Amino acid sequence: MSDRDSAFPDLTNSYRRLVGTPRNGQNGRSWRLWVLGGLGIVFLLSVTQQFAKLPTSDLTSSGTWTIALAWSVPILMAGLCGIFSERTGIVNIGLEGMLILGTWFGAFGTIEYGPWWGMVMATIAGGLGGALLALAAVTFNVDHIIAGVAINIMAPGITRFLASIHFPDRGGSITQSTTISGVSNFSLPFLAGGTIGGWRSPDILGRIESWDWFFVSDLAGMARGFVWQMSWLTLVAILVVPASVFLLWKTRFGLRLRSCGENPHAADSLGVNVYKYKYFGVILGGALAGFGGGFLSVQLTGIYREGQTLSKGFIGLATMIFGNWRPLGTALGALLFGFAETLRLRDPSAAHGLLLLTVIGLVILIARALTRRRVQVAGWLGATAALILVWYLSTDSVPNQLPRITPHIAVLVLLIFATQRLRMPAADGQPYRKGEGG
Amino acid sequence: MRTKLFYALAAPLAAIAVALVISSIVLVIAGSNPLDAYSNMWEYGSRLETLIETLNRATPLYLSGIAVAIGFRMNLFNIGVEGQYILAAIVAAKVGAEVNLPPVLHVTVIVLSAMIVGGFWAGIAGFLKVTRNVHEVISTIMLNIISTAGIVSYLLGVWDVPDAGLDTAIKEIPESGWMPSLNGIVELFTREIERVELWGFILVAVVVGILYHVLLSRTRVGFDLRASGENATAAEVSGTNPKTMVVTAMVIGGAVAGLVGLPELLGSSHAYNLRFTQGLGFAGIAVALLGRNNAVGVAIGAFVIGWLDRASGVLEVRGDAPREIVAIMTGVIILAAVVAYAIVERRRRAEEAADAAAATTVAQEVTHVGNGEGGGS
Repeated sequence: MSDRDSAFPDLTNSYRRLVGTPRNGQNGRSWRLWVLGGLGIVFLLSVTQQFAKLPTSDLTSSGTWTIALAWSVPILMAGLCGIFSERTGIVNIGLEGMLILGTWFGAFGTIEYGPWWGMVMATIAGGLGGALLALAAVTFNVDHIIAGVAINIMAPGITRFLASIHFPDRGGSITQSTTISGVSNFSLPFLAGGTIGGWRSPDILGRIESWDWFFVSDLAGMARGFVWQMSWLTLVAILVVPASVFLLWKTRFGLRLRSCGENPHAADSLGVNVYKYKYFGVILGGALAGFGGGFLSVQLTGIYREGQTLSKGFIGLATMIFGNWRPLGTALGALLFGFAETLRLRDPSAAHGLLLLTVIGLVILIARALTRRRVQVAGWLGATAALILVWYLSTDSVPNQLPRITPHIAVLVLLIFATQRLRMPAADGQPYRKGEGG
Repeated sequence: MRTKLFYALAAPLAAIAVALVISSIVLVIAGSNPLDAYSNMWEYGSRLETLIETLNRATPLYLSGIAVAIGFRMNLFNIGVEGQYILAAIVAAKVGAEVNLPPVLHVTVIVLSAMIVGGFWAGIAGFLKVTRNVHEVISTIMLNIISTAGIVSYLLGVWDVPDAGLDTAIKEIPESGWMPSLNGIVELFTREIERVELWGFILVAVVVGILYHVLLSRTRVGFDLRASGENATAAEVSGTNPKTMVVTAMVIGGAVAGLVGLPELLGSSHAYNLRFTQGLGFAGIAVALLGRNNAVGVAIGAFVIGWLDRASGVLEVRGDAPREIVAIMTGVIILAAVVAYAIVERRRRAEEAADAAAATTVAQEVTHVGNGEGGGS
């Protein structure tokens, strides 16, 4: 792959300069970086697990990562929603509201017609939320953030109203539905012991995981988490990632869509119907967020409950920024948040181990700062690391609020360190009227 | 040319009309008669007791709206009022419960500690924005959750007193730290009030409103604040440090946000407990948007939202509709209001431009006739 790319270095570079190709997976070097980074994370988790004060094997078990993958789906969908609308230049704060619409319509559709139809309804509801945002932000040129906030205020009102009409007769109440069951799960054959026509194939990764070797079993466990007991809906969600990359960066349509977020007046002068693309991006994004919301109620929790999104939409927005407005980075960020969520749900002692993980991570950052002779930064990091280490050693558990807010602290920390190197679409958030300014 | 008043009133009236239409549609779909529902709401909502309750709800909403509006004037979007006021409320409640002071001083200490906590929490977002370029929308959302789900929930567990019975609550503030009800004053003009009490904190809200208006329109700081919001570069050239202004606006907004929980705390609950009203911060955004950041406009917005909230209870009692219809109405009002404001603003600009163009043509003709003397206009 890298050979083929290097055969046309000039072409690649000029193309990249022109439209800003994703660094993700475009050439050999970034592939190596991704693989190395992934292995590094596994290694970090293995080490943390070895030295954790309270014994845990949950950081790398396939059970944890299966759930982490599932819990990352709503965040991933919210992040992709953000990408699609912000790539067309519309800032989408309203995606939390679209997620909320998805949770209710997903649950309602599941009760009435089954999980697949529930997800279809959730997706449509999210898309309608997107259409509303597009109407306000594109057609009426309302400030994007204000329009988004209005949607976020309205969506819980709509769902609560609908719930109060429909759910009390269906075994639920104003604030929640009756329990519902999602779609079925599957495991890949050979890798995770899935069945082929009734025959149960060997579970290779599961076998390796059970050996309990340092690093090797951890790697197998985490890998197995991505192929074992996965719901079909999760698979759909995962497939959306490469599909988005392809649509946005490999098609003419995607190039035009992105041009609306970079320089809409230039795009307009080249004959691109900017309004149409903006509508498309925001509605498609809303549909994805609706899917994410539906996934949360239908598949993850098996119940609609008021306020269950817990600002996952905003976390999705943060992962979008973390991923530099690109799908693969966003997916990685979503996975990290799904992992944090899983530890909170599954194993409080593992959450305590996260403190140690933080310390190890900080030590790596300190080393990096020192090699770059940034002594002051290293000093601050060192002080923080020391404090957390003392906390870790002097306690056996963390307050149960901590795992709940860990993702949010992580978002802040991440933005503090990352915003300098990120580049959002150039015309993101700016009002656009055809023929005015340029 | 249309009058200024027309432009000021057109948008909110249009918004309320649209909201009524959409709510009627929703009510019809839900199977009830909109006219019955509205007349019931009006009848119940025009009672003295309901109006007092409306004022009690409008007071924190107003403070919350002003807190958001301070940021808006500077082009800052402070979504963090929610986290700021709840954190401020629990800390101020704790301070108030622990100290023992003479009446007026006691309340002052509680108010100041709430303002300091609110200002500090909002200041974090301002600091991150100017030092690390972290957008305040994301940072305040994150700080909201860190505050409400993290710190406040933790503190409530730590400070919980056993004698609160089944309720989870922290220690109660002694009576010297309460604010008296204003029922006596209202009753001078009306009949006797049953069941409800008008919280005294409404007077503080009025003072805050006046200060807000004076600070922004009549002082140097206010001018700098508005100037940096409208054109940061120009303000910087004229000697204002935009970074300082960002932090200042966030801290002042946060300090006002800190007051949001106090009407309830000093007026009725006297302790922070699990039932403490949440969501006022988000509602404040709506109020500020409705009121266009204007001290009087925000007051009207707060009253409207507060009235809808209080008067809607009757819908459920009379079996007209679930009271949640009001949440939809609020959302529709806000969205319709911002859209209407955007349209009206565009119309006004277009007319102004047309007027200006007409005036220039006239002026040009005049100068041509007068052989180019004077010019300059």
